[in-house]
Amino acid sequence: MKTKVLGAVSGLAIVASTVAFAEPQAEVLHYWTSGGEAKSVAVLQGEFAANGGTWTDMPVAGGGGDAAGTALRARVLAGNAPTAAQIKGPAIQEWYEEGVLADISAVAEANNWADVLPASIAGHMQCDGTWCAAPVNVHRVDWIWANAEVLSANGIDMPTSWDEFNAAAEQLQAAGIIPLAHGGQAWQDATVFEAVALGILGADGFHKAFVELDTETLTSDDMKAVFDQMRTMRGFVDSNFSGRDWNLATAMVMNGEAAFQIMGDWAKGEFMAAGKVPGEDFLCASTPGEGFLYNVDSFAMFAVDGEEKQQGQALLAELIVGKNFQEVFNLNKGSIPARTDVELDAFDSCALLSAADMSASNDNGSLLPSYAHGMALRGAQSGAITDVVTAHFNSDMSSDDAVQMLANAIANSM
Amino acid sequence: MTKWLEENTPKLVLAPSFVAVLIFVYGFIAWTAWVSLTRSRLLPKYEIDSFIQYDRLFASPRWDTAFSNLFVFGFLFIVIAMILGLILAILLDQNIRTEGAIRTIYLYPMALSMIVTGTAWKWILNPGLGLEATVRGWGFENFTFDWLVNPDMAIYTIVIAAIWQSSGFVMALFLAGLRSVDQEIIKAAQVDGIPTWRVYTAIIIPSMAPIFLSAFIVLSHLAIKSFDLVIALTGGGPGYATDLPATYMYAMAFSRGDIGQAASSAMIMMLVVFTIVVPYLYSELRSKND
Repeated sequence: MKTKVLGAVSGLAIVASTVAFAEPQAEVLHYWTSGGEAKSVAVLQGEFAANGGTWTDMPVAGGGGDAAGTALRARVLAGNAPTAAQIKGPAIQEWYEEGVLADISAVAEANNWADVLPASIAGHMQCDGTWCAAPVNVHRVDWIWANAEVLSANGIDMPTSWDEFNAAAEQLQAAGIIPLAHGGQAWQDATVFEAVALGILGADGFHKAFVELDTETLTSDDMKAVFDQMRTMRGFVDSNFSGRDWNLATAMVMNGEAAFQIMGDWAKGEFMAAGKVPGEDFLCASTPGEGFLYNVDSFAMFAVDGEEKQQGQALLAELIVGKNFQEVFNLNKGSIPARTDVELDAFDSCALLSAADMSASNDNGSLLPSYAHGMALRGAQSGAITDVVTAHFNSDMSSDDAVQMLANAIANSM
Repeated sequence: MTKWLEENTPKLVLAPSFVAVLIFVYGFIAWTAWVSLTRSRLLPKYEIDSFIQYDRLFASPRWDTAFSNLFVFGFLFIVIAMILGLILAILLDQNIRTEGAIRTIYLYPMALSMIVTGTAWKWILNPGLGLEATVRGWGFENFTFDWLVNPDMAIYTIVIAAIWQSSGFVMALFLAGLRSVDQEIIKAAQVDGIPTWRVYTAIIIPSMAPIFLSAFIVLSHLAIKSFDLVIALTGGGPGYATDLPATYMYAMAFSRGDIGQAASSAMIMMLVVFTIVVPYLYSELRSKND
């Protein structure tokens, strides 16, 4: 009885509020649930409320977004899509093809998104020429992190080529230090693999292999060289790496047990949280080779009915790409703003390097989507590549077999 | 009216669950079968397009690994858990004083969820933290036990953890079976001076055939649906060396947006279950008709 009364009262309250104010509403499905991430979402939530909106939070934890994806599918199939959902990369276009995304071109054009976003990142936010998603941040994936003290004690500089990296690693191994901190999970294997691939194939080769899925590039001698380098790297990780989480690998670099880690810039958050100073305690550099692999979080906007929901959607899109949110959010998250005209005074030296490299690579065409983090390919294709990469890394498969398997796996995933 | 009710109450009571099973079990099996014949990706689609998903499935090296792992894991798990359970049950059956306490101890692992079992064994088997590090700490520097991180051996760590979890339960089943054997026959055998081991092999164990069948059915369905133990213990790794059909299906459906592929792997899993369960049902039904 009590719940009935409560339900009726709250039902009345909702009716009253919608009738009286018609304020913007947004229901946002996302998977930012860990400490720092939740704090970052709260920033957006606060800003949304300050602009008179009502925010309905729908966080779905678990599985690196898998659980959120399942929840989203259930909602869309039931004809009850959220206002906005955290989706990234080609998955945005995949959802668009299901005919469930909204057109937010009006907001994008009013706020000049085309001019403030790098062209290749803006491309991900568009579906058939209309804007359908809003970018939140840019994570760089091809980072190499190092323990500054370990490097200086052994007289090693940050490597600028993979040969230098191999030489440094052998020297460190002889000195009893684990050269490469790595966690043996498929996505981490893929992260290292794509950094190596970018270095060896170059920006054009990377684009051909992992965006266009060009069979010739995938089975080329260069690709074999990539797998050869992966086999070499396998010798630089400790024997206990299987299944290790990435942040434990970062901790190994932090406490000097290991020298290097190849990981996206979320690793910086771990260093920072432990009170380490970039440039002094730990070093950051891009992995050997030209280019920039990005992993951009974004919110796709779903077609919703009702004035206040559509208003809420427009407001949300505007705020997400707004300068203030881009700055505050990315300071919390460790990434850099997606828009290029944000003041970066408050950011650390690694973020400044990342921003400078992003605009440089945007100019010379080497700003590329990360395949390992679902930015370059649809799930079935990127998953097929990752299967081969992780199978090769965790066995004694030859590079010849690996490229053949790669071509077969991609053909089979279509 | 009351007579009608009397006659039809059982039907009325059973009807809701009958309808629920019809929809939620058989209806969804039919739905999955349908979807497995389509090119569904992110969302299910309903245009039938031959056996493309099955072709893709059988061309996938990862599915090969997952499917053969199911047989390696299933065979070793069922056989060893049954042998171990039987030995424990026979040992407990020797009228020992602390039987109650020991029985409880052996049965306790069953009370844990597979996730807990998997996590605990992950620590025990981790070469850097667990058994290997401990034994090396005692001075045996050459001791290696790295099955967890060795792609060729990792599947056996799952067997170990699953046996640890389930053999106590099998023991309880067998113990109940041992106790239900007619004591008169055993006493008669003892009077005739037949040795104890002969009593077990010739009288007690053969008369427990139904218990063996029940244990086999329970263990084999545990083996086929194994998912949480793999996720907690190895995460399918190293590489995908410890994938099982259930984890393969999960990856396809929920991580990769490849629903058609997931549906076809689910159908194959179901066929495996059928090949085990159908003979069992057949023998059950036949024995009732006799």
